[in-house]
Amino acid sequence: MNIEVKDLNLWYGQFQALKDVNISFSEKRITAIIGPSGCGKSTLLRVFNRMNDLIEGVRTTGEVTIDRENILDPSADLVVLRKKVGMVFQRPNPFPLSIYDNVIFGPKIHSSKNKDGLDEIVQYSLESVLLWDELKDKLRKSALSLSLEQKQRLCIARLIAVKPDILLMDEPCSTLDPQATQRIEDLMRELKHNYTIIIVTHNMHQAARSSDETGFMLLGELIEAGKTEDIFTYPKDKRTEDYISGQYG
Amino acid sequence: MRNSQRSQKIAFSLLFSATLLIVVPVGLIIVLIIQKGIPAIDWQFLTDIPRKGMREGGIFPAIVGTLYLVAGAIVFSLPIGLLAAIYLSEYAKDNALNRIIKLAIVNLAGVPSVVYGLFGLAMFVVFFKFGASILSGSLTLGIMILPIIITASREALESVPYSFREVSLSLGASKWQTIRHIVLPNAIPGILTGTILGIGRAAGETAPILFTVAAFYLPKLPKSIFDQAMALPYHLYVISTQVPNVDEKIRYGTALVLLVLVLFMNLIAIVIRYQFRKRKKW
Repeated sequence: MNIEVKDLNLWYGQFQALKDVNISFSEKRITAIIGPSGCGKSTLLRVFNRMNDLIEGVRTTGEVTIDRENILDPSADLVVLRKKVGMVFQRPNPFPLSIYDNVIFGPKIHSSKNKDGLDEIVQYSLESVLLWDELKDKLRKSALSLSLEQKQRLCIARLIAVKPDILLMDEPCSTLDPQATQRIEDLMRELKHNYTIIIVTHNMHQAARSSDETGFMLLGELIEAGKTEDIFTYPKDKRTEDYISGQYG
Repeated sequence: MRNSQRSQKIAFSLLFSATLLIVVPVGLIIVLIIQKGIPAIDWQFLTDIPRKGMREGGIFPAIVGTLYLVAGAIVFSLPIGLLAAIYLSEYAKDNALNRIIKLAIVNLAGVPSVVYGLFGLAMFVVFFKFGASILSGSLTLGIMILPIIITASREALESVPYSFREVSLSLGASKWQTIRHIVLPNAIPGILTGTILGIGRAAGETAPILFTVAAFYLPKLPKSIFDQAMALPYHLYVISTQVPNVDEKIRYGTALVLLVLVLFMNLIAIVIRYQFRKRKKW
């Protein structure tokens, strides 16, 4: 499912956080958005599932089309949008419920009566994040007892249970150790066969390793975007070059 | 260096003794009341009606009356308080109306209890024509404990991490579904704690029931919510000041029963809170 961003501007009150952003994201690819803290990359990510709506005083102009529909339209159905576009957060944040209940939270919310098939959903979702074998005998245990990496995988499984098309990942590995980070990156490569993934990261190595395409942002502007190897080997813009060569950020 | 160590010691002993002083009145009250009240406590005292001008017999109608009043107050104030708390913590934007509401709650908590009594008399007894009745008394007590319940519930709701709400919404849940399935379940222990503290307060107050429900002497149990009833705090007041020659042990026995009732409720609140803290890991 393609995402097209056209002339996107976003203000927090007086502060303009996104300036004339134009970019498109291709289907079943991993696109990384990199840039120093405060460059607006998380804000951009939160445009795609309209999570910025939760903040008072946010104003957006421009157009973001997912599936030929402008999601910035005030009449856009947020429930439909958020089922289609799921988000993984920086800190693993399972609910204080059992592993099982975490996974079925979305399906239960979205289908009022239907209680059948929940077991299958749990198995499928946990298999997708390679947790099933580890956890199949402790589904009733509290999700809070898991390790950080398992928690983050569980959060991805909870998302998969809603059957989204697009996964937004907001620095999903920033609380994990290097080994766990690598395993989550492996998982992302696995998941891209079925999902369009956009990952925000300030870890350039992660972007270089795991993404197909990369966009570089600075002070609310998208400086350049393209194939990851091009961005990292032949950056067109001086500022991109400075950033990826570690001059700042 | 040595000087700073000495002032450190002085500060420590000052702070510590001030803290220790808190224990003294609590301990004395409890010891005194237990010591003087225990001889009165027996099965008859707890289950019999007052006899011989309240100089003998038991306090059963007062215990029952207090339980009715407390139950009535909770039935009235818990739903309203909880719904208001949900509105204030989850929906209310920071505007003039909501600031007035919050100010009103703070002020409601500061109103002297005898004023609640007068208000209850004017509002429920006279205006709504409920008469002096359990209904009037419960409503008056309910209004009195509303701020306790609202404040505790709001704190409980607001202590549920923002990230839970964020995830729930990001999974496509509506705001109400998020509150219903994520926020409320995690706030229940805090809400319960506040409610029980409110119960304790309602059980112990005399002034709000003085004009609205409390009977001086009524040796039978109330049959409906429109009946008057005896209540422990008012009964204690009556036998301590209005009736001559009541045996000391009956007065202290009544005080003991009231104290145990209230402390027991606070104990439940503490246990719930403790259990919750142990379980909570975020």
